[in-house]
Amino acid sequence: MQCTTSPLSATTLSRHLPKSPPQGRGQADQATLVEIFADSVVDGGATGFALGQIAGTQIGSGKPLLWIQDRVTRREAGRPCLAGLQTGGDIIHVNVNKATDALWAMEEGLRCGDLCGVIGEIWGDPPALDFTATKRLALRAEANTIPAWLMRRATAPNLSAARDRWRIKSLASLAHPHDNRAPGRAQWQADLFRSRRQTPGQWVVHHDTSTGLHFSHQTAAQSREDTALQA
Amino acid sequence: MTRQDKLPVLTFPQPSKSQTADRPTATQDKLARAIEALRAAVEAEVATPKDTDTTPEPDSFTPIGAPKTQPRWQAGRDNAQTAGSGRVGAAAGAVIPADTSKTPIDKNPLTRRITAIHLPRFAMERWQRWASQQGDAPPEDIPAALAVEGTHGPVIHATNRAAETQGVYKGARVVDMRALCPDLKITFADIGGDQKALEKLMMWARRWCPWTAIDGPAGMIFDTTGSDHLWGGEAAMLRDMEERLSHLGLSATLAVSPSHGASWALSRFGGVREVCAPETLSRRMSNMPVRALRLTGDTVQLLNRLGLKTVGDLAAVPRISLARRFSNAPLQQNPLLRLDQMMGRLAEPVSASDDPPRFAVQANLAEPIQDPTPHLPALCHDLCEGLQKAGFGARRIRVTVFRSDGEVSHVDAATAQPNRDPDHLLRLFDDKLERINPGFGFDLITLGATVAEVMQASQPGLDQKGSDGADLARLLDRLTARLGAPAIRRPIPNDSHIPERAEVWEAAIHTKPAITSPRTDRPVRLFDHPEEVRVLYAVPEGPPAQFIWRRVTRRVVRFAGPERIAPEWWRDMPGTRLRDYYKVEDQLNHRLWLYRSGVLGDDRGATPRWFVHGVFA
Repeated sequence: MQCTTSPLSATTLSRHLPKSPPQGRGQADQATLVEIFADSVVDGGATGFALGQIAGTQIGSGKPLLWIQDRVTRREAGRPCLAGLQTGGDIIHVNVNKATDALWAMEEGLRCGDLCGVIGEIWGDPPALDFTATKRLALRAEANTIPAWLMRRATAPNLSAARDRWRIKSLASLAHPHDNRAPGRAQWQADLFRSRRQTPGQWVVHHDTSTGLHFSHQTAAQSREDTALQA
Repeated sequence: MTRQDKLPVLTFPQPSKSQTADRPTATQDKLARAIEALRAAVEAEVATPKDTDTTPEPDSFTPIGAPKTQPRWQAGRDNAQTAGSGRVGAAAGAVIPADTSKTPIDKNPLTRRITAIHLPRFAMERWQRWASQQGDAPPEDIPAALAVEGTHGPVIHATNRAAETQGVYKGARVVDMRALCPDLKITFADIGGDQKALEKLMMWARRWCPWTAIDGPAGMIFDTTGSDHLWGGEAAMLRDMEERLSHLGLSATLAVSPSHGASWALSRFGGVREVCAPETLSRRMSNMPVRALRLTGDTVQLLNRLGLKTVGDLAAVPRISLARRFSNAPLQQNPLLRLDQMMGRLAEPVSASDDPPRFAVQANLAEPIQDPTPHLPALCHDLCEGLQKAGFGARRIRVTVFRSDGEVSHVDAATAQPNRDPDHLLRLFDDKLERINPGFGFDLITLGATVAEVMQASQPGLDQKGSDGADLARLLDRLTARLGAPAIRRPIPNDSHIPERAEVWEAAIHTKPAITSPRTDRPVRLFDHPEEVRVLYAVPEGPPAQFIWRRVTRRVVRFAGPERIAPEWWRDMPGTRLRDYYKVEDQLNHRLWLYRSGVLGDDRGATPRWFVHGVFA
């Protein structure tokens, strides 16, 4: 199978995908609410994918990122580690107890013009997080052009007004360039299962600090073969 | 050791002016100075205070002594529902721009107005109130008394009226009084509780003026300079105080005069709600007994033996002869110093326990209410107007409600940047006012900026989008107001190799963003507490080949490491083990940050254990 890897940013990926209708750049670029479902609780892929999407915006703007976690998420999935975030920016971390507070804090954050983005992590499927709540977040994010990510764990995707809904699962990492026993660059399977802006599909994604997210239709094993061949 | 190694011998410090004022020595020039001061004071009495007396100008005295011509923002609302008042503390005079230089009235201590409140039966009335709440209060005509332990058995501490008419007096032994009055009901007094209750009452008395302090076991002292006009003059203010205290079940005697000592004397030995003007001070004080000078019993007895029964007698004695006798006496035994304090020749400011807010507005309600919410917008608006005029912004604001049952409750809010936007300040109290305890209702609401900082007016850009971080500061304020300051934090990189110490989480409202340098060998998520794994298949070098973490058996497919991080000996306990960190990828493609605590044979415990500390992307 021929390698079709090409460096893409998340926002322009729709132009390069098979069977995706041609779309205006403006609509795909628009800041809105994106929902990301982690495949398992301890899977760091969802975090890496969201940070990959945010990396370009934050480095340019120099504004802080508002990161809201509820208590269970923090205990089960850990808190963000500043040294490991490739975005390299300022973080304001909000620790809440209830999903209601998390949604309220996200909404307050989306009202503020001095943020580069808002990440909310909500555990499970609380009653407060319904279609209306997500619609409020989406509309507010679009009105103020602040991107928002809602990271969900331990839940099935229910009704939601998020414009893009991804399911992220970690794949075997790429080969390490200097050590073939060591894990290399992380690779994820990204499943865009519902979207208002582009055609849903599945991709293999990895993040490069210099060029951003790379989308391709290639599995980890194949890419490892490729690197082995190149070496 | 040579002589140079020793500390230099310090010269005895020059006594400061206040010290010399406290303990005057009977030298001729000091005496002459005192006589000069007395003459100046007497002349000043004749000359200056006339206008204040004849034309009562409510705004002529303010705590900052602002000139009359300056418009006062505090005057606020004049309708019956809300009466705004401004309180600007005298101690904060340095920050008032350009007005402090022309305040000559503060120089003359006789221009202050000090109110003294004496609660003669405070302990007894408090006990009666408590007993009636318990349902076992004795009737008024049953003699009752409170006792404390004395040297030779219990002695009477407080009595009610019935006991007093039967001859029970304070300080007598209980056994003697039982003989005098067999049906005397004795209870032990709660001295500490009385003190606490008096402190509460003192805070509650801030409704009348900002500077209040406790004065002795059953007295309070207020600096009501410039506050009386808010209550319709001094006589009306005293009536209001007496009435409100009587609602609490407390009998009080009150007086206003220009000095602390004179007010104390008038409240104990003067008439009902006496108001003493500065020019009549010396005449009014002349027939007070010497006990009114706040002296110890021995000194009073001594003065009586000397034939000095009244303050006038004492003042008539040549100062030098008294000064020779009492030159080294402490304040409580020194009639000269006490006389100077009473006559205002020696300053004795009201030392309030904490500074009142510099900017405050209040709403005085016609009758007690339960919910302050409808009054807050107007108060916020008034406060911000005042802040704007002075060029200040609030950092901490506090809503205080003065309950009708003698209690004070308050809620606080903080801002990350100085702010004077009324809508924003109002929003900070959105969910908090429910936490205020209204009791049976309150009739006074105060909104004060307890911390205020200089704030320059800034012009927003032409695109109307302020990019100076003000929006972020407002967001932090709102989040902090609802979720509490500890919940809103910001990681600050720290100089340490231990992963959990490499970043310090500090409250975002107090911190500035820091520059970080991301590392590729650190996980994106870190657990607060590393979680131990159960090793199934250990390998001599490297991470375990199989382990169980969170009830899932994980087989290590690939790993990188170790990265050895040694304990910080200058901070850790001795015996802390080093850590070998591995980045591990398992068969489920999860990339974990695994570490071994210690190595085998480091003499620091048993077999090293393995922990998961973080998750890579």
